[in-house]
Amino acid sequence: MVRIGRSRGGGDDLVAVPASETSSEPAGSPGLGASAASPASALHKGPLLEVSDLRTGFRSERGLVRAVDGVSFSVERGRTLGVVGESGSGKTVLARSIMGLLPGSRVVREGSVRFEGMEIGRLSGDAQRHLWGAQIAMVFQDPMTSLNPVVRIGRQITETLRRHLDMDKRRAKDTAVALLRSVGIPEPERRLEQYPFELSGGMRQRVTIAIAISCGPKLLLADEPTTALDVTVQAQILNLLGDLQRERHMAMILVTHDLGVVAGRTDHIAVMYAGQIVEMAPTATLFSEMRMPYTEALLKSIPKTGDPSHTRLAAVAGRPPDLVEPPAGCRFAPRCPYAQDNCHREAPPVQTDDSGRHAWACWYPVGTPEGTAALERNLSAGRPQAVMSVVARERTAEPFAGASAHDDQGAGASRPLGAEQA
Amino acid sequence: MPEPLPKSELDELSSEVRPAGLSESPFSEAISSEAPFEAYADAVMAPSVPVALPEGGFARRRIGIAFWLSVGWIALVILLALLAPLLPLHPPNDTGVGPVAQGPSLHFWLGTDDLGRDMLSRIIWGARVSMIVGFTSIAIGLAIGGTFGLIAGYYRGRIGALIMGCADVLLAFPALVLSLAIVTFMGQSLRNVTLALGLISIAPIARIIRASTLTFSEREFVAAARSLGARNVRIVTREVLPNVALPTFSFALVAVAIAIVAEGALSFLGLSVKAPTASWGGMINEGRTYLQQSPHISLIPAAVMFVTVLAFNFAGDSLRAFFDVRESAL
Repeated sequence: MVRIGRSRGGGDDLVAVPASETSSEPAGSPGLGASAASPASALHKGPLLEVSDLRTGFRSERGLVRAVDGVSFSVERGRTLGVVGESGSGKTVLARSIMGLLPGSRVVREGSVRFEGMEIGRLSGDAQRHLWGAQIAMVFQDPMTSLNPVVRIGRQITETLRRHLDMDKRRAKDTAVALLRSVGIPEPERRLEQYPFELSGGMRQRVTIAIAISCGPKLLLADEPTTALDVTVQAQILNLLGDLQRERHMAMILVTHDLGVVAGRTDHIAVMYAGQIVEMAPTATLFSEMRMPYTEALLKSIPKTGDPSHTRLAAVAGRPPDLVEPPAGCRFAPRCPYAQDNCHREAPPVQTDDSGRHAWACWYPVGTPEGTAALERNLSAGRPQAVMSVVARERTAEPFAGASAHDDQGAGASRPLGAEQA
Repeated sequence: MPEPLPKSELDELSSEVRPAGLSESPFSEAISSEAPFEAYADAVMAPSVPVALPEGGFARRRIGIAFWLSVGWIALVILLALLAPLLPLHPPNDTGVGPVAQGPSLHFWLGTDDLGRDMLSRIIWGARVSMIVGFTSIAIGLAIGGTFGLIAGYYRGRIGALIMGCADVLLAFPALVLSLAIVTFMGQSLRNVTLALGLISIAPIARIIRASTLTFSEREFVAAARSLGARNVRIVTREVLPNVALPTFSFALVAVAIAIVAEGALSFLGLSVKAPTASWGGMINEGRTYLQQSPHISLIPAAVMFVTVLAFNFAGDSLRAFFDVRESAL
């Protein structure tokens, strides 16, 4: 692996990138522009972002809350990673630790986050700030709160441009108009003069996306970008993110609790549970050969349009475990329909399939002889988790029909994975 | 009216809808009534507990006439105070321009005091003292206390604790005694009174600003700004400050009123501006001995001060209510 630019000099090189690169070609090929300005990014051949054994905890009175507990993954340039998990599984903390957005003396952060080979944690505060916004940007969950309510839209966009790209007032304004237009906001000139409360939720999220992409970042972190939005707007925003990503060759980490959201829009999916990644695979593989019972449970809990009315929703029973004292064995075991005695005692090792691209951590993976046998045993023993999971719905046979959680159109028509429904 | 469903089908429907063991749910009654679908829809759509409307509804978000009356009065006082030298008034400190201790008349609208000075003129010139002391001392308090409050609220931790500790020490001093001490020590003058009251206002203002900084610096737009590479100084001045400014402004108006009263108290004790110079508190003091014979000498400046202080309080309060929009109303 090429490790250039880990010194302070590397950090300074990076500072020079946006100013020279983006001024000549704001949205164009980052590869070309970067090669001239930044030897670090040009020579770095590895993944854009490498996270290894990242641990983030919060000191509390009860002890250390391990919100992210040993997470490793990498994202290639221009690719999308979906991070999926229920509330409290550590997705947001993961995104924020990557961004270094968790300040304070009570936060404990270990492990390594490398962007283009540079260890972010080792950069100086100034170098980090030049990275954020210019190279790595973030879209937040709730556009109502992530925009400053008393500052005009225009200033919120131009401020970043002027800071990172050294634009003068007029050019920043012109660029802001172009950005707003590129995220599909009508009458962009007028919007610049408006305050956030004058825009609808979808418009506001478009504005935050415009701000996030304004300096041409190489990596975009989208933390539940559509959770606070209307269903119809969700699809528009996700499509917008996908389009922008393709145009700008950005890598993206899409954090969501909705498997339907990531189904058609990601290259890889990482499923998180209780601060750990429990299964990671290329998107299609994950849906066709899921191994982790938790992934299966998540997928089952998506309501299906073909179901008759008043079908009971197959929720995952129970709650995520206490992150101060997580269970000794597999953290999902207490809720798992497949769990055997050893699951409660011993944490399962991470296994991979033959290609090495599909990894999971489970003693009795779904779809394997051991897994099926384990489920059978639990069923005959009458374990509630197992019984409920089967009674709820027999749907593993066709997992994709309901992949989109809010699909409301063709009643029950089974559609290919990721069919758009704008 | 739609055709009622056969009873058997209804039972099936209702048993499917409600979880077992919840037979006393609102659905059961609705479904067995005459118009099952309408009633069913009502039962489902209308929550059993009436949902409280958001507090800051549109009806409440009118600022009201009291605010404009207050602002009008304040504007009048400020205008007269500013224009005092240009107005056709009797010189405020000239004795014997009229009869002694006479009530309001055509020639002397607010009467004359015990030395035959024109009360209207003295009230207007006294307004200069009150306004200068009121606004300047609070401006000093905002500049110093506001800065410390922002720092304490944004950085918290040890810095915040240190600043708030100092503020608590300052607050523990009895305000009037402290200002008396300062003015007697440094000498009677408009400047010293202003400085004393400014010093006293630092701690409460710092506390207020810290409190609202605490809430705003937790908000997501601050995290968003940080994620865009903004440094702390920028976040505080460009993101937090504009949000803190609104509630602070309304509080500042109330603080001005308090400062005016405090100045009045000091000049009543003869510790504000020196003797012949007109000031409201001083005028009240001068009329003190004539309360029985000519009460207007004390009462008119008292009334003017009362109305002014009330106006500042009212304006500040209305503004606070107006800007205090709950999240739910957004």
